[in-house]
Amino acid sequence: MDAIFIQILNGLDKGAAYALIALGLTLVFGTLGIVNFAHGALFMLGAFCAVTFQKLVTISVKVRDEGVTAFVAYKEQPYLETWFGDTGRIIIDYSVPLSILLAIPFMLLVGYVMERGLIKHFYKRPHAEQILVTFGLAIVIQEIIKAYFGANPIPQPAPEILAGSANVGAWVGLGNNLVYPWWRLIYLCFSGLIIFSVFAFLQFTTYGMVVRAGMRDRETVGLLGINIERRFTIVFAIAAVVAGVAGVMYTPILPPDYHLGMDFLVLSFVVVVVGGMGSLGGAVLAGFLLGIVQSFASMNEVKEIFPGIDQIILYLVAVVILLVLPRGLMGRAGVMDD
Amino acid sequence: MTNTKKPLLNDAFVVIIFAAAILAMPIWLDPIGGNYPDLLQKFAIYGIFAIGFNILFGLTGYLSFGHAAFLGVGSYAAVWSFKLLTMNVLPAVVFGVLFAGILAAIIGFLSLRRTGIYFSILTLAFAQMSYNLAYSVLTPITNGETGLQLARSDPRILDSLFSDGSVGAGLPSTDLFGETMSGYPGFYFCAVLLIICFYISLRIFRSPFGLMLKGIKSNQNRMKYTGLNTRPYMLTAFIISGMYAGLAGSLLAVTDPLAGAERMQWTASGEVVLMTILGGAGTLVGPMLGAGLIKYFENIFSSFDDNVLTQAFSFLPDSVVEFVVPVVGLFVGSGWHLTLGLLFMIIVIFLPGGLVEGFRRIVNYFRSGGKTKPQSVEAHNQAGE
Amino acid sequence: MSDIKKSGVSRRGLLKAGAVGGLVAATPSIFIKNAWAEEFRNNPENSGELKLGFNVPQSGPYADEGADELRAYKLAVKHLNGEGDGGMLNTFKPSMLTGNGVLGKKVTYSTGDTQTKSDAARASAKRMIEKDGVLMVTGGSSSGVAVAVQSLCQEQGIIFMAGLTHSNDTTGKDKRRYGFRHFFNAYMSGAALAPVLNKEYGSDRRAYHLTADYTWGWTQEESIKNSTEALGWETVNAVKTPVGAGDFSQYITPVLNSGADVLILNHYGKDMINSLSQAVQFGLRDKQVNGKNFEIVVPLFSRLMAQGAGDAIKGILGTTNWNWSLQDEGSKAFVQSFGAEYGAPPSMAAHTCYVQTLLYANACEMAGTFYPPEVIKQLEGFNFDGMGNGPTLYRAEDHQCFKDVLVVRGNDNPSSQFDLLKVVDVTPRAQVEYDWTIFGGELGPYEVKM
Repeated sequence: MDAIFIQILNGLDKGAAYALIALGLTLVFGTLGIVNFAHGALFMLGAFCAVTFQKLVTISVKVRDEGVTAFVAYKEQPYLETWFGDTGRIIIDYSVPLSILLAIPFMLLVGYVMERGLIKHFYKRPHAEQILVTFGLAIVIQEIIKAYFGANPIPQPAPEILAGSANVGAWVGLGNNLVYPWWRLIYLCFSGLIIFSVFAFLQFTTYGMVVRAGMRDRETVGLLGINIERRFTIVFAIAAVVAGVAGVMYTPILPPDYHLGMDFLVLSFVVVVVGGMGSLGGAVLAGFLLGIVQSFASMNEVKEIFPGIDQIILYLVAVVILLVLPRGLMGRAGVMDD
Repeated sequence: MTNTKKPLLNDAFVVIIFAAAILAMPIWLDPIGGNYPDLLQKFAIYGIFAIGFNILFGLTGYLSFGHAAFLGVGSYAAVWSFKLLTMNVLPAVVFGVLFAGILAAIIGFLSLRRTGIYFSILTLAFAQMSYNLAYSVLTPITNGETGLQLARSDPRILDSLFSDGSVGAGLPSTDLFGETMSGYPGFYFCAVLLIICFYISLRIFRSPFGLMLKGIKSNQNRMKYTGLNTRPYMLTAFIISGMYAGLAGSLLAVTDPLAGAERMQWTASGEVVLMTILGGAGTLVGPMLGAGLIKYFENIFSSFDDNVLTQAFSFLPDSVVEFVVPVVGLFVGSGWHLTLGLLFMIIVIFLPGGLVEGFRRIVNYFRSGGKTKPQSVEAHNQAGE
Repeated sequence: MSDIKKSGVSRRGLLKAGAVGGLVAATPSIFIKNAWAEEFRNNPENSGELKLGFNVPQSGPYADEGADELRAYKLAVKHLNGEGDGGMLNTFKPSMLTGNGVLGKKVTYSTGDTQTKSDAARASAKRMIEKDGVLMVTGGSSSGVAVAVQSLCQEQGIIFMAGLTHSNDTTGKDKRRYGFRHFFNAYMSGAALAPVLNKEYGSDRRAYHLTADYTWGWTQEESIKNSTEALGWETVNAVKTPVGAGDFSQYITPVLNSGADVLILNHYGKDMINSLSQAVQFGLRDKQVNGKNFEIVVPLFSRLMAQGAGDAIKGILGTTNWNWSLQDEGSKAFVQSFGAEYGAPPSMAAHTCYVQTLLYANACEMAGTFYPPEVIKQLEGFNFDGMGNGPTLYRAEDHQCFKDVLVVRGNDNPSSQFDLLKVVDVTPRAQVEYDWTIFGGELGPYEVKM
């Protein structure tokens, strides 16, 4: 029981990450008709917003270690700490959540520039060429990050107070042995919040209504005299921001490196397609479903019966779903299926 | 090479020019540092891979993201043939093609139930499953991360039947009736197969079968309304394409008897997609050009370190060299990926339709004395999805 | 393959195919030159310089480690050519190196990118051998690559001096006559860790392994299991995790209530960083099980990689091949010249690569020729000192170096950004030696039929 409960939590947590990445991707798919292979790179850029923010707030006086003469070894004493004492320490401690403040405007800008500068020229081009150009862009982005930050992962600790684990078992009456890291619980809530906001935006605002209409039938909306192009720019920027903040919040769980985007790229496509093209709800559902299935497949009891099942479960489930349901879980007819 | 695209040329002439260009690669690649056996072999092998991929993608528009699985299976089958049967390369090639064909039939049968991106993800999923299993639980068959290798103690049943079975002190090498298949002979073996493959692909493009596939690409529904069942045609194209990949995989093992699991990873599948689009999907020589370009970058650009650059720029004054070398160094050596990424973007932005389309435009431009605008891209190769 | 045979065979092949393409007259000149002028592949006798091939990961997850290896190689080349302060040339003994190149020839090099993939690594090594004419290939940051390149080098008759590779297989079941490893292996890690684990955590412990699901992970799991079980520890479970899993939560949570009180992470690189920091987040280190503090052990520790795990490494025990804080003459000299050149201390990968280059150069000097079989004979059974690990033996039977092994602990209170690992104990060489026959494999011939 305990084991199952905790694997559900693991699955939800994983699913939250998958759903968040897939959300932006499917949004761009559905509205702009663009196969964006650089979406993983946007996630990675978000994570490096956190890295950059941390580097900024920890700009330091370097206190040299005199014991080492061969090279300059030093201990860092951040200026913020020297100048502001405890306040400075708190800012540094909370650098990951605070870096969202940097990530949002930065990712908006990146999304805007990317759409205006590159993507919009590819709306009418074949998908294969969209793949090639966005894949090229992804490589360029990640190589630039590598040239500046190196190839090794960079640790991004969660705030001190959230570094430990919550006694989840006590909350649900399952005893004291069930613990779960605070940060992962926060990530789960955060992702719920973002998903809800995106849905609310599309569902309850006029702006969102037009975008949804554009998803259904772009030409007609255009004929109505609505400037759908401009709205699509905004949609792309929103997708970039969603990917970016997802990246920021994921850094305490997975220390980011330049390759982070590629690691998630294939997975995010699988999630989107299993959810069904053009369906936001499908992508979210598929994200959580795959997360939970993957967690259960990794249990020792399951692995004993099917060795190596945890290695392939994501793809196996994807194959079964796509063979049974022609357009994934909630895909609409006519979107990218010809 | 560009000439081969002119409709004026008849097919026999196209093949002869192609063959001459391929066989002469050691000469014309020498000045740009591409003349050494391993790279020449890679050009030919990945050329076969890309040409085969193009039969599916270029003709039908079905974008498979799992072709690396067939490459990998071809390699494993070939190495097992070396281990169990004989060091002769012919059975290895036959088994490589055969097993890849069988796997392609299975994967194709299932995946072709869906179209568009659903098809792409199905093929991707099958290939990733193959890769993950080969890397871990199938290690007894694949030798996992290290890759399947030959051993002196391998049975080699056929070899031991026809000789005393002694292989000397070291490992035996792959051969074609006594001719060692590494180095330049290995390249010529691959090159001959490449030419044959190119010829077959040309025939397929020109055949009624090829026209049927093109019809499916332009409008599958219309084809269906005419009462035609398109599935068998699609499946045949998929299997042929998979067999090409299997051949490429077995040739990788022929020239270098080791089969690694990463050959099946999605990055390898993605690579052949990029090769094809880069060169020009749906064109005859385009995929081959794309394959050559990517392999050239991977092997030659990655080897330009500071040392090489300093020598290359030694004609400049020292102070300029100090400035130039680090800047150029960002794009070569460990930064070769960056150049590759930029290249992808530049080519697709400025040359829609890939390299072949670019050549065509240049040719047209000169023919017309720089007056007429190049023909629209869509007319030639709509890559579809 | 062999140059003697190759000259005949490949010319014949060329002629045949040349006839098809009509290129007989244009047979590439370098090819003919290679074929006639040497009695072994890439003989530097006529070229006036000795070219070495540095095959390191420059892209992929180990790119930083590869960059550090490359720095070490360049430094070694400088020192061999008599530039710089000489580094370990001054402490290495017995050594015939004088800083005058090798056998009077200037040392040059060519570099390549292994991408940490067997195929790419072999392609890169082949380029060096076939195009650049290197006489020795060295480098790498994973065992899969090391084994793949090593067997290629055996076929080509080129000596391979392995870089960072820790699997027992490299000098065990996949050992080769032309391959040499200075780095330690999983067996030695287990043997060196065991006494320290016994001292620190006692002999009544229950261990849970998480193991990267590929050959290196398995050999390490086996070695650590054997040595901990010999202490009297019980192995509760050993779970394989997919390489590059990223999020390990589904593997970590079962540890919590498994009754185990030690978690052993048989991971390296990114897997290690992720699994370790996530295990710490799950509160494993604050746990009490069976009345004992829960402990985490990372058998193979690397400073470069440990950086990525941040504070999570504090207090974690592991082993390492070498650390820059060592105070023997050799290490000091090396750290001094590396630090002066690059402004940072060398990693253990850099150290092993530097040492390997010097060892190879010295073996050529001792042999008085570049002819590989003679050089190999000089390396086999070679005893040396002054290279940072105390008296060391290159064992003739399996080409594995035997030396003291460092047991380290993540530093609780580092004095600088580089001061991440503290040496807890040095397990003497005698305790980590083993019978070479236990891993099987065979070296193969000295003379490579070509």
